[in-house]
Amino acid sequence: MPYSDSTSQQIQRPVSNTFIVLSVLAALLLNGLPWEGVWLMLRPDFVAVVLLYWCMHKPQRVGVGLSWAVGILADVADASLFGQHALAYTLLAFGGVVLHRRLQMFNLRQQTTQVFGIFVLTYAVYALVHWQVNGYVVWAYFFGCLTSTLLWAPLSITLQAMRQMRMDRDRT
Amino acid sequence: MLCGCAAPFLKDCRVAATKPLSSVLRPLSSDMDSTQSFRFFNRGPSPAVRLVFFAVLSLLLLFVDARYRYLESTRSALSVLVAPIQQLATMPSILWQQASSFFVTQHKLVDENKLLHQRHQLDAAQLSQFQALQQENQQLRNLLALAQRSEFTAQLAEIVYAERDVFKRRVLINKGANGDVRIGQVVMDDVGIVGQVTRVYPWLSAVTLITEKDHAVPVQVLRNGLRTIVFGAGDTSQLSLRYMPVSSDIQTGDMLVTSGIDGIYPPGIPVARVEKIERDAAYPFARITCLPVAGVDSHRHLLILSGLHELPEPPVEQVVTAKTRKGVSAKERDPEAP
Repeated sequence: MPYSDSTSQQIQRPVSNTFIVLSVLAALLLNGLPWEGVWLMLRPDFVAVVLLYWCMHKPQRVGVGLSWAVGILADVADASLFGQHALAYTLLAFGGVVLHRRLQMFNLRQQTTQVFGIFVLTYAVYALVHWQVNGYVVWAYFFGCLTSTLLWAPLSITLQAMRQMRMDRDRT
Repeated sequence: MLCGCAAPFLKDCRVAATKPLSSVLRPLSSDMDSTQSFRFFNRGPSPAVRLVFFAVLSLLLLFVDARYRYLESTRSALSVLVAPIQQLATMPSILWQQASSFFVTQHKLVDENKLLHQRHQLDAAQLSQFQALQQENQQLRNLLALAQRSEFTAQLAEIVYAERDVFKRRVLINKGANGDVRIGQVVMDDVGIVGQVTRVYPWLSAVTLITEKDHAVPVQVLRNGLRTIVFGAGDTSQLSLRYMPVSSDIQTGDMLVTSGIDGIYPPGIPVARVEKIERDAAYPFARITCLPVAGVDSHRHLLILSGLHELPEPPVEQVVTAKTRKGVSAKERDPEAP
């Protein structure tokens, strides 16, 4: 094992498709809670964080195509234009898949600074589309990529722990 | 560590007895993908190719959706998939509201009941007066041979949730195409206009609030009948009157009601109250900010109005002459001329 000093770099654990689907559905659910006002502004994009996590850890399983499909569902759920979330998540997944080796070498703190860039790109694409279609941008929208970045570490730890738990259960 | 490493391998070996080789090799190599820098098997197009494909697909969809709105049926079909998640997400807040309304004290209920009784009596008195006036108005209109004011019916709907998008000011209500809601219907609460139905799903419909940026409502100043249009400001819960000359007769506190000349909004419903007027001689127009009368951001129950009568079509002749005057030159018109 070349990168054994890194925290996230343990042996790649297998993960069931059900777990991936459930985590994405849970993220859609969290995005769908009735957020309003300031909370809406500060709401992290749970779906983006979860997708990036899977693109980084299971790039062969979750990639650009699946992220696009989830983006279409998010478009329907948020009543945004068809393809708006999909385009943003496609780029996000591409970033995750291309950088997954590098990201896995880093520890969580280093990862956080790296994923910030990916989130900014994702949010910028979404805002750009909105600007092209409607002609204005709400700058407060970009608070979301800060909170999404802050969510990265806790979410990584949670998903990692849940995977470990499932594996322990399977082994016994 | 060794154990964790061996477990998936053992599992795969066990599966190998029953499944063809290719299906076994896939999970095996995907478990190892991060530790090696080369690929055993070709996995189809590279991420870059996929990125380009899906990005172009998204852009195509965006273009079609933004320009032509062809995809509404696809959207409502997919919304059936998403609807359970949305309902699950709104469940906690609805449960909380139901629980809190269950534990209301009796004292409070009695008070409220008394208040409602008083208000009902007052309203009943006013209503009888209103009915008399309506009769009188109808007779006068008959005498003057004016068109009757149309009556509208209302349907009660409840807000399911507010749109989770910082860019938009929309709410979703629990009546959809199955409840005979159509695009363009006006939505109000008990005091004034709240918005307009802009998208209809089978069981839900989206209401764009009047505070949405560039949402226009044709209005009239109640005091002097001045006609104008009020626009949403978008970023705040305010409205603005644009293109009003500096000299126009408008005062702080003026009530704006719908004028009804657009055929969409019924006439005479309160919309907003003028909050602030800035008259600067450097600009041709006055800057007028208004506040909506209705609780645009606060209420939970809304009324969907229906049964407005259709306005007569605009006369066709005028449109044709306007077009010919503008676009077609005299030369092109010559062959048509007798």
